[in-house]
Amino acid sequence: MNKRLPLGLACIMLVAPCALLVAFTHYPALRAILNSFWNNASSRRPSRFVGLENYQALLADDRLAQVLVNSTLYALGTVPLAIVLAICMALLVNAKLPGTALMRLSFFMPTMLPMIAVANIWLFFYAPGIGLASKILGIFGVAPINFLGRTDTSLASMMAVAVWKEAGLFMIFYLAALQAVPANLKDAARLEGAGPVRVFFDVVLPLLRPTTIFVAVNALINAFRLVDHVIVMTEGGPNNSSALLLYYIYTVTFGQRDFAYGATLTVLMVAILGVLAIFQFWILNRRAHYQ
Amino acid sequence: MSRSLNRILFATLAAVLAAIWGLPFMYSVWTAFHAEQYSANFQLDAPLTLANFVRAWQAAPFSVYFINTVILITTVLIANLILCTLVAYAFVRYRFRWAGFLFALIMVQLLISPEILIVENYLTLATIGLTDTIIGIALPYLTSAFGIFLLRQTFMTVPRSLDEAAQIEGAGAWRVLWDIYVPLARPVYLAYALVSISFHWNNFLWPLIVTNSPEVRPVTVGLSVFATVDSGVEWSLVNAATLMTTAPLIIAFIFFQRQFVANFMRAGIK
Repeated sequence: MNKRLPLGLACIMLVAPCALLVAFTHYPALRAILNSFWNNASSRRPSRFVGLENYQALLADDRLAQVLVNSTLYALGTVPLAIVLAICMALLVNAKLPGTALMRLSFFMPTMLPMIAVANIWLFFYAPGIGLASKILGIFGVAPINFLGRTDTSLASMMAVAVWKEAGLFMIFYLAALQAVPANLKDAARLEGAGPVRVFFDVVLPLLRPTTIFVAVNALINAFRLVDHVIVMTEGGPNNSSALLLYYIYTVTFGQRDFAYGATLTVLMVAILGVLAIFQFWILNRRAHYQ
Repeated sequence: MSRSLNRILFATLAAVLAAIWGLPFMYSVWTAFHAEQYSANFQLDAPLTLANFVRAWQAAPFSVYFINTVILITTVLIANLILCTLVAYAFVRYRFRWAGFLFALIMVQLLISPEILIVENYLTLATIGLTDTIIGIALPYLTSAFGIFLLRQTFMTVPRSLDEAAQIEGAGAWRVLWDIYVPLARPVYLAYALVSISFHWNNFLWPLIVTNSPEVRPVTVGLSVFATVDSGVEWSLVNAATLMTTAPLIIAFIFFQRQFVANFMRAGIK
């Protein structure tokens, strides 16, 4: 049985660290809710209580509607693709082929790079005429496409960047999980006459499920909180086609200096993440017997 | 026969995927080491040059940016190691009222991280007058829920008997922490440090919002300013600057590849 925590120790061990955490996590979240009921102060008059006015603006905001569609597509596009690629990479790296170290380096390198560096690299990659994308299209006789400058390709281009950056990190987690798969299970399946494909889908893949849940949770949160590449590569454009929610919060607050609406959008963001968390909790509980 | 054929097929697939994956980065490296006129036309015999790096280094105060980043990551790392250790230790070794509730409250930060609360956190910083300072960038990250979680998991595996033996020898709370818990958690500290350093080296949006002046910018913000304003969008310069600012992490990774991967794994699978 543990000892009771003496008051003096509690002050040192818990109060200072937790105060910092609360001041920059819980306090701002609550203050965003409060501020979303007030309008902006101007030089002539202080801010006043406006009730649900900011939320009415939220519902009537066409740009926001587009941004939410973009964010949903972005999450649904990047998370499954990154997971499938990560599993493929882990299988390849785990297969003891020649050149494994080099291969692992190639897959993992993008994860090490800051998103801002990744954005620069891909900005160059996509650059019409100069970039590698145009050159490769040129080999097949296709005219250069301005990937970042067209409303129908800009979001997909952002998604490619995100998948490129994230898949390598997820590969590491799958690599760890693959190495924990008991060899005798696979041997038993092989003795029963199962081919490599069967062994993967019926033996290995079910054992990877806890990893997949862990990775999916992280990938989903990242899809909402990492927008550095949007700032550098497209600034949400053209015509809002690549704007994501956090980027929209950033432009509304620090571009248009509309802090009240920024707070309202923050509340929306926190609510979305909260719903996702509850959903994940539910799935985790349902799948608990696998762990 | 079909087994070896399978293997060849597998190896080819692996090589192709690895090559495609490496392509954007290799293209950027190639451009950084060649004169501007070759960035549009790829020639194998084009002369190598370091001039882009020299010019990029001189065009913007990168040495200041580097020092700022080092100060930032050191501050955050030291604060994280100390504060997370204290909290984790309190949770594992003592009982107190509301412990479960407090732990849940802390774990909220895993979901609602400081990146998302930029609006209100900026207002807080403005109120206490810490915008445009390095400590202002670091402040929201000084306590980390991830660190607390990781260390709590590790401390829970420390054998009770060791703790009790130390107490019988007359060791107080701090002695037990320093002599028993911290040494046993060393690999986890290392793993956490690697994750924390790479996260804060790479962090961009929050420092971008907080900083205004070149004197306090970390490298990521400096790089974005350089790429859009200072360089006049000269691709070979932008690519050279991109490589330069990420080189320390890349070199560290190539050196410590094995430990790095192992530690990332250990940090994740808990």
